Amino acid sequence: MSNSARPIRHHALIAVALLLLLTTTGSAQDWIRTGTGLGVERVRLAASDFKPSTTDASNTDLLKTFNDTLWSDLDNAGIFDLVSKSFYPLQEPGQPSEVNFTAWNSPPPNTSMLAFGNLGAAAGKVTVQGWLYDVKNEKSPQVLGKQYVDNATNDAVRVIAHKFADEIIFRLGGGVAGIAESKIYFVSERTGHKEIWMMDYDGANQQQITHMGSISLSPRISPDGSRLAFSSINKGGWEIMMYSFDLNRMVSFPRFGGMNLSPSWSPDGKIAFSSSRNGYPNIFTVDASGGKSLRLTNDQGPDVSPTWNRKTGAQIAFVSGRTGLPQIYTMEADGTNLQRVTDQGYAVSPNWSPNGQFLTFSWMRKYGPGEPGSNDLYLMDVASKQWVQLTHDAGRNDFPCWSPDGRHIVFQSHRSGSDQIWTMLADGTNVKQLTSKGANTQPNWSWK
Amino acid sequence: MAITTMTIARWGALVFALGTIMFLGACAKKVAPPPPPPPPAPTAPTASLSANPNTLDKGQSTTLTWQTTNATDVSIDGIGAVDTSGSRQVTPSDSITYHLIAKGAGGTQDATARVTVNAPPPPPPPPPSVTEEELFAQNVKDIYFDYDKYDVRADQQGSLQGDAQFLQQHPNIHITIEGYADERGSTEYNLALGTNRADAVKNALIQAGIGGDRIKTISYGKEKPFCTESNESCWQQNRRGRFVYEK
Repeated sequence: MSNSARPIRHHALIAVALLLLLTTTGSAQDWIRTGTGLGVERVRLAASDFKPSTTDASNTDLLKTFNDTLWSDLDNAGIFDLVSKSFYPLQEPGQPSEVNFTAWNSPPPNTSMLAFGNLGAAAGKVTVQGWLYDVKNEKSPQVLGKQYVDNATNDAVRVIAHKFADEIIFRLGGGVAGIAESKIYFVSERTGHKEIWMMDYDGANQQQITHMGSISLSPRISPDGSRLAFSSINKGGWEIMMYSFDLNRMVSFPRFGGMNLSPSWSPDGKIAFSSSRNGYPNIFTVDASGGKSLRLTNDQGPDVSPTWNRKTGAQIAFVSGRTGLPQIYTMEADGTNLQRVTDQGYAVSPNWSPNGQFLTFSWMRKYGPGEPGSNDLYLMDVASKQWVQLTHDAGRNDFPCWSPDGRHIVFQSHRSGSDQIWTMLADGTNVKQLTSKGANTQPNWSWK
Repeated sequence: MAITTMTIARWGALVFALGTIMFLGACAKKVAPPPPPPPPAPTAPTASLSANPNTLDKGQSTTLTWQTTNATDVSIDGIGAVDTSGSRQVTPSDSITYHLIAKGAGGTQDATARVTVNAPPPPPPPPPSVTEEELFAQNVKDIYFDYDKYDVRADQQGSLQGDAQFLQQHPNIHITIEGYADERGSTEYNLALGTNRADAVKNALIQAGIGGDRIKTISYGKEKPFCTESNESCWQQNRRGRFVYEK
């Protein structure tokens, strides 16, 4: 059993950093839930609406954007017990001097932490002051105090809210940076062609990046966020393409011939991908400019969808159909020490967690005649091959990808009736839909 | 009218009778010694020539038959001297008139026989409206695959042999084999699977003697389905190696 995948069934099997929450559902089915790096006790946090600090007419609109964004970021973080606004005292503070500690640190809000502040526009600029108070520590309450100045636009205010949220999450989340400023890259068909798009981590600011006019797939952002690799079909076939965010245009990348698909960045900027340049699709690596090509697999495959261990860069997981239905394998980054990690069904689209410990992937575990089967997302501890199921009875789910903080997973799901981008916490909870226009697939989360 | 005709006939008979009397009278007047009897005149030759059959297709033979009398020297143009009578097989490549000359003491006689050679039946030319590309579309069959498989299954071998035969008969045609997959499963894996399917068809054609330089491959995975319903008959339509004419 040590070499085959097995479900996590008992607490004794839990990997050290794997937190299990056993949830009994109405259907009497036990769903095992897991999260990474989550505390058992969530910090109880209240986020009071920010107050206007000037009399500018645009304040109302900007405040709504700011307050909605901040609340959403703190709610999405997955580490807070966010106190409902209906429990808040009538007098919400805009300044430290206005904080009534007793009203906040005792029921009904009974919060430990309070975020509050003010926002004011003047002469086209907006100033935001924000604080985080430990309201149970009246003598020395301030955890955080920040001031931001930018143009008085909704976009700028949204960015300020993300920055402030990330400061709070960093302070209260064990020193792990928040993701409110991260980006998600994906494929959208909304123009009639599959092109690469990007959006904020919460679904805002969806914008088109490529205009290839053909079929573009598998966007993968570089660790530093400066370059986007993807694959696109042209007259000669599928080739790896490269977009530069420094230059805001396509930059050249070698064409290898045959089918070249599914690029993946290592932490130090190498690229693994599937190439049929020598016949069957196999896994190759190249450096960031496409040179120093190295062949890692040599079989009929097809081998596709490599993903690097994002922490060490020393291992690669990938999909191979060498034994029939596709299974997930791992190997060293030089192609040695090949190990099969799934033992049945149809397993595809692996993605390695930022801490190097987990794979998430899409698995139709009991595929076959008479097995209805659906593509669900799973999480596997790489060392022990123990796994848990993250999605249940919710359409076809594919292309899971970890957030930079390892607390979230973005994925593609057909649960709404069309393929859309969704996020959830890494324990399968807090599921949110990010896209709805056209069909949207293959999300890829930035590294920071 | 009847009376007039009778009158002319009576006058004609009279003129003939008078003429005869005058001629006989003249001969009787000049009596000359009889000339020496001439040597017996040699009989003139006769000749006939025939061809059977006299109409044939190119490459076929016909039999020339000839007969002569009173000839000592018989020849046929293009064949040369022959017996005074006989037959011979000939295989003319074009329509021809055989000319026989029979010479004898009594003179020369010739005979001819015409042989018509039909041009070979032209290879049935494709009606001018049917292009090579249309023939390709009519004759070449796509290859279908099982779920998650890329080997050419037994029931597709007939199509594959037919395709290879067509490509052998049309050596100028270049093709692209497009690999397709059904909607089930993942985008990236299906593209890789489609690559293997296209390559499987290409390799089978190469084995059947088609030059690999005439065949390109490309995979569309499940990106361009032929059929968009979610059932097996539709999925089967989408699991294929498609032949595309490239000239």
